[in-house]
This record gives sequence, C-alpha cells and structure tokens, in this order.
Amino acid sequence: MQFIPTDMDMSAVSGAEISMSKAILYDATLCIGCKQCEGACAQQNKLPYDDRVAAEAVQSEHKFTVVLSQNDKFMRRLCQHCEHPACASVCPVGALHKTEAGPVVYDVWKCIGCRYCMMACAFSVPKYEWGSLNPRVRKCIMCPDRIAEGKQTACAEACPTGATKFGEHDSLLEEAKQRLRDNPGNYVPHIYGMNEVGGTNVLLLSSVPFEQFGLPKIDRIGEVALPEYTGRVMNLMPDFIPLWALVLGGVYWVTNRRKEVAEVEAQEKALRGVR
Amino acid sequence: MTIMNIKVTFWRVLFVVIMVLGLYSSYVRYLHGLGAVSNMTDQFPWGLWIGFDCLCGIMLAAGGFLVTGAVYIFHVERLHAIVRPTILTAFLGYVLFIVGLLFDLGRPWFIWHQLIYINLHSVMFEVGTCVMTYTAVLFFEFLPNVLERFHLQAPIRWVKKFYPVLVVLGILLSTLHQSSLGSLFLIFPEKMHPFWYTPAQPFFFFISAIICGLAMTIFESTLSARAFGRGLERSVITELAGALYVTLWVMALLRLQDYVHRKLFMDIFKPSYEAYFLWVELILAFVIPLAMLSFKKVRTDPNLAYLASLSAILGFVTNRLNVAMTSMETWVGHHYIPKWTETMITLMICAMGFFLFSMAVKYLPIFEEEHHEAAAAATDEVKVTVPPLIAEEPSLAD
Repeated sequence: MQFIPTDMDMSAVSGAEISMSKAILYDATLCIGCKQCEGACAQQNKLPYDDRVAAEAVQSEHKFTVVLSQNDKFMRRLCQHCEHPACASVCPVGALHKTEAGPVVYDVWKCIGCRYCMMACAFSVPKYEWGSLNPRVRKCIMCPDRIAEGKQTACAEACPTGATKFGEHDSLLEEAKQRLRDNPGNYVPHIYGMNEVGGTNVLLLSSVPFEQFGLPKIDRIGEVALPEYTGRVMNLMPDFIPLWALVLGGVYWVTNRRKEVAEVEAQEKALRGVR
Repeated sequence: MTIMNIKVTFWRVLFVVIMVLGLYSSYVRYLHGLGAVSNMTDQFPWGLWIGFDCLCGIMLAAGGFLVTGAVYIFHVERLHAIVRPTILTAFLGYVLFIVGLLFDLGRPWFIWHQLIYINLHSVMFEVGTCVMTYTAVLFFEFLPNVLERFHLQAPIRWVKKFYPVLVVLGILLSTLHQSSLGSLFLIFPEKMHPFWYTPAQPFFFFISAIICGLAMTIFESTLSARAFGRGLERSVITELAGALYVTLWVMALLRLQDYVHRKLFMDIFKPSYEAYFLWVELILAFVIPLAMLSFKKVRTDPNLAYLASLSAILGFVTNRLNVAMTSMETWVGHHYIPKWTETMITLMICAMGFFLFSMAVKYLPIFEEEHHEAAAAATDEVKVTVPPLIAEEPSLAD
C-alpha cells in the first residue's frame, strides 16, 4: 500500500505492511463501561489510578485511554496508531516512530519538546507534561513490550466482555466488517480507522455517530495519509536545492563578469585617452 | 535638554521594567515549567512564542538575505550603504529566535539532538537545520564588523574572499526555511480555518518574508537614521519602497487568486470571528500600504515610506499570528490568549534585540563604512522626522 507518491524512503514513517501488523478492535456495543481497560493501562504504564482519575473524561498526560459515556453509550479513546502517523513524520528528531509490529512508540531521550506531534495529530492524542521541568510527550504506545512477548495489550487482556480485542490488523478488519454485515441495525455503517488518515491500527465500531464522542469525521480529516501533505513539498527539496544554487551562482558569475569587463574597458579607455 | 533626558529615561525605565518582568517570567519558566509560565495547553500546544518569536522573528529578519543578495549577487550597488545594518538586524533576529526557542522547547538542553537524530521527513528538521546553518552564515557575514573594530586585516580579507559563497548560501538557506515555515502548517488541514490553510502556504510565507525584509529595511534605516542622527540616502529608500510596492501587489494578487480558486472569495466579506481577523490583516498588510505607496511622494519621502512599511509589517505579523493561532480556535473550541508572563518573555527578547542593536552600532563600525560613501553623496541627504516615541527606542543604551 503506497500512499506517498515518492521516491523517498518512507520506512521511517510507516512500518511494514499494515496487514500483518497488530491492531485493536473496539466494539462500543459490547462495552459495559467498567473502565477495567483504563485501570490496566494505568498499571501497565505505571500511572496513578484511583476513583478521581477514573472520573476524568479526557485523555491526559496521566491517562492514555479513556472510556467516555453518553446516555449509556460508550466510546473508548486511545492512540489510533495510524499506518502513516503524522506525529512520527513531523518529529524533527524522530523520537516518535511506527514499529513494524504496529505500535507508534516514543523514545523520550531523543525528544526536544517542540510539540509539533501534538499539533499534527488529527486525533489530538499526544499529551504533554506541562507541569514538569523535563517534560515528556505522553500517549498510548500499544504495550510494545507485551506485544514482543507475544501477549495482548493490557487493555485487551483486562476487558471482561471482549469489547476491546487485540489481534492482527487484517483479521480484525475482516471481523469488524462481518459484525456490520451480521447486525447492521446495531451499528452506524462505518468502521472508524479503516480509511481515516490513510488507515489506523485501532478500529472502532459504534451504534452512535463517532463525532458525538469527539472523534473527527472522515470528511474533515480525509483518507489521505497526513504526511503526504508535507511530503509533497519535502520531496521537491532534492531537486530544488542544487537547481537554485546553480541559478544563484550563475547570476553571480554573469554580473561579476560584466563588472570585471566594464572595469577593464574603462581602464583601456583611460589608457587610450592618455595616448 | 531636560526633555531629552526625560525621554531617554522613559525608554530606559521601560527597558528595565521589561527586563525585570521578563527575568521573573524566565524564572517561572525554568523553575516551574511551561504550564506555569504560559497559557499553552494540550489543545493549544503552540502559542505566542511559536506564533510571534519564531514565525514573525524569522520573517522580519529576512532583510539580510535580500539586501546581501541584491548587492553581492545582482550588484545593485546603490544598496551597499545599508548592507551592514541589515546584516546586523538579521544576525540579531536569528540569534534571538534561537533564544526564543530555548524558552519554547520543553527540553531545550537537547536542542542539539537535531544534529544527530535526523528525520528527513520532518519540515521542522529542515527548518531547524537551515536556521542553524544560516545563523552560522550570518555570523561570518557579520564578522568583518568585529574584525575591523580590532583592526585585524588578514582575516577580513579571508572572509571577503568567501563572501559570494556566503551570500549564495544565505539566499539558498533562506529560500528553504522561509518557505518551510509555511510548510509546517500543511500537515493539519483539518484544524486550520480555510482562510489560512492553503496549499500555497510555503510560497506565501516566502513572499511575505521578502515583503517584510524590504519593509523592515526601510523601517530600520529610517529609524536608525533618526535615532543616531545620521543622514539618509533618499535614493535607497525610494529603491526599496518601489520594490516593496511591486512585491505587495504580487502578493495581493496571489492571495486574491488563492481565495477565488478555493471558492472563498465571498466568505471574506461575511462577518465571522475569523473574518474580523482577516480584515485586520488585509487592511494593514495590503489596503493601507498599497494605497500609500501608489503615490510617488510616499515612495520618495522616507517618513511616509516608513509609515507604509510599518503598516505592512504589522499586517504580515497579524497574518502569521492568524495562521498560528486564530485559525485553530474554531477546531479547538476555545480561545488562546497568552499569559502575561508569556508575553513578557516575548517583550524581553524584543527589548534585548533593541539593546544589542544599539550596542553594536555604538561599538562596531556598522555605519562607518557608509560614512565615506555618504560624504560623497552628501547632497542627496534628507532630514528624517519620525515620531520620536518610536524613534528613540534604539537609543536605550546611551
């Protein structure tokens, strides 16, 4: 799947094929809002978790996933783990990157704190430790340690109803499509994350429109991988730099030569005048 | 004389007040963190420091590559007199931009990571690398001032030898990073209001840098002529004002074409939160300066050209603040207003700029080289009268 029409190597931005990478399918119709995933996530990432934190309904630097509820309808928010993550493409030092296994991970020791990732994310996922003197960008990293050990993510393991399911991207996507086919009345006819910003490794199903829970609509964020927008310009650089340097050098040579010639001619003229 | 003293004291007092409040804000920044010093939030991760210090600072320092390019590459010899002050402004602008970054970056002590962890896909990486390199180039372009001060002839000859290379490099790097500052905003099409999200943004940023480079050169030449009691070559201002007039028209037509092409032209006239900001921007950046500069009298009178330039500068500063801040507010759902400590740090950096400029002019031969030439063209000098309130600013250090 080549979203970026470029000869530049995009491997730093995207992992290998999305099909074999790991993914999460969250089906809001199965969710009972128990928030076990929140607790498991906090434990996995060594974050504080108590009733007060559980009551917070926003993703923050100490809460990477949140179960939102509206009139007994639930929606889980977490990092979407885009196939072509904008956050990774914009990071000047490559502190964020997409691994082949699927997660978008963060190397804190590289980060300089420019916060461009936070600006670039269409889902406003990365959060910042504004109160810290050595602040980090914080977000769900899809438990890469657990995945490496062959385990599921902490949230999927904790989920008592199977609303959060961990697996391979393609089989989960197939399963999501099957669920829509089997019970079309239960769902809005859309798999969130299938095409959004070029596809994500987190797929969401819901019985109410996703934008009710603050997820941007696809006609707003588009199906184009966001890095393509800057990639189009960045790809011009290898041609533009030598060309522009050549033009400037050429102009300098011409104007300088003209000046030299004018000086010599003036001298000759003066000499002729003396004779 | 007493009045003069009071005036000078006023600017001194203001300078001290800004520095004290700025230093207090710096204390808050480095001992309590970004959250305590600014109104930036997870929803508004970029604030005044990116919008003004970085985007506007770099734009206003564009005179350096323009004037050196005109003089050394295109051999527009008439502008030779303003090369040194323009390079000084550009050099200070870029140094202060880096100072601004040290406040804005969450982990500024790792700023050098840019050199070893390279992400070629990142516009930010490109901007950072270009700015870093260009600051070095400006350092060498500025160096002859210092060397001359200490009468070191050998290294001056050495720098002069490489001057054309420096100038070409300067233009090349400036073209890249001035436009790339606009490319920074290409990756969030969903967040920005269509007034300010345009695929042509890199191009617009580059042209607005040219415009502001010209406007700033007029502004600062007139200002320093007044403040340091120097004569001013009328022909230089006329030349610059003419160029400003033409580039402003080019930009105005391109902006118009962009809005027409993206079917936004009628939306401009519909009152809305964004439209009000756009009106301020368009009136200051285009309507006032274009109306003024269309008169030959304005282009030839430094005082009037100064006012037209000031309006254009304010207009394009508004434009960049709109791009960086106003355009996001509807997406985010609330307003961002900088905290007073945040503003103080910005003001402190500006005050440092004025201070360093006046110190450099006082102790380095910034205007001296020109004096020889100015003596020859003494007949062309014109007395400058800018409003003293603004004109006194650079004389803080006296």
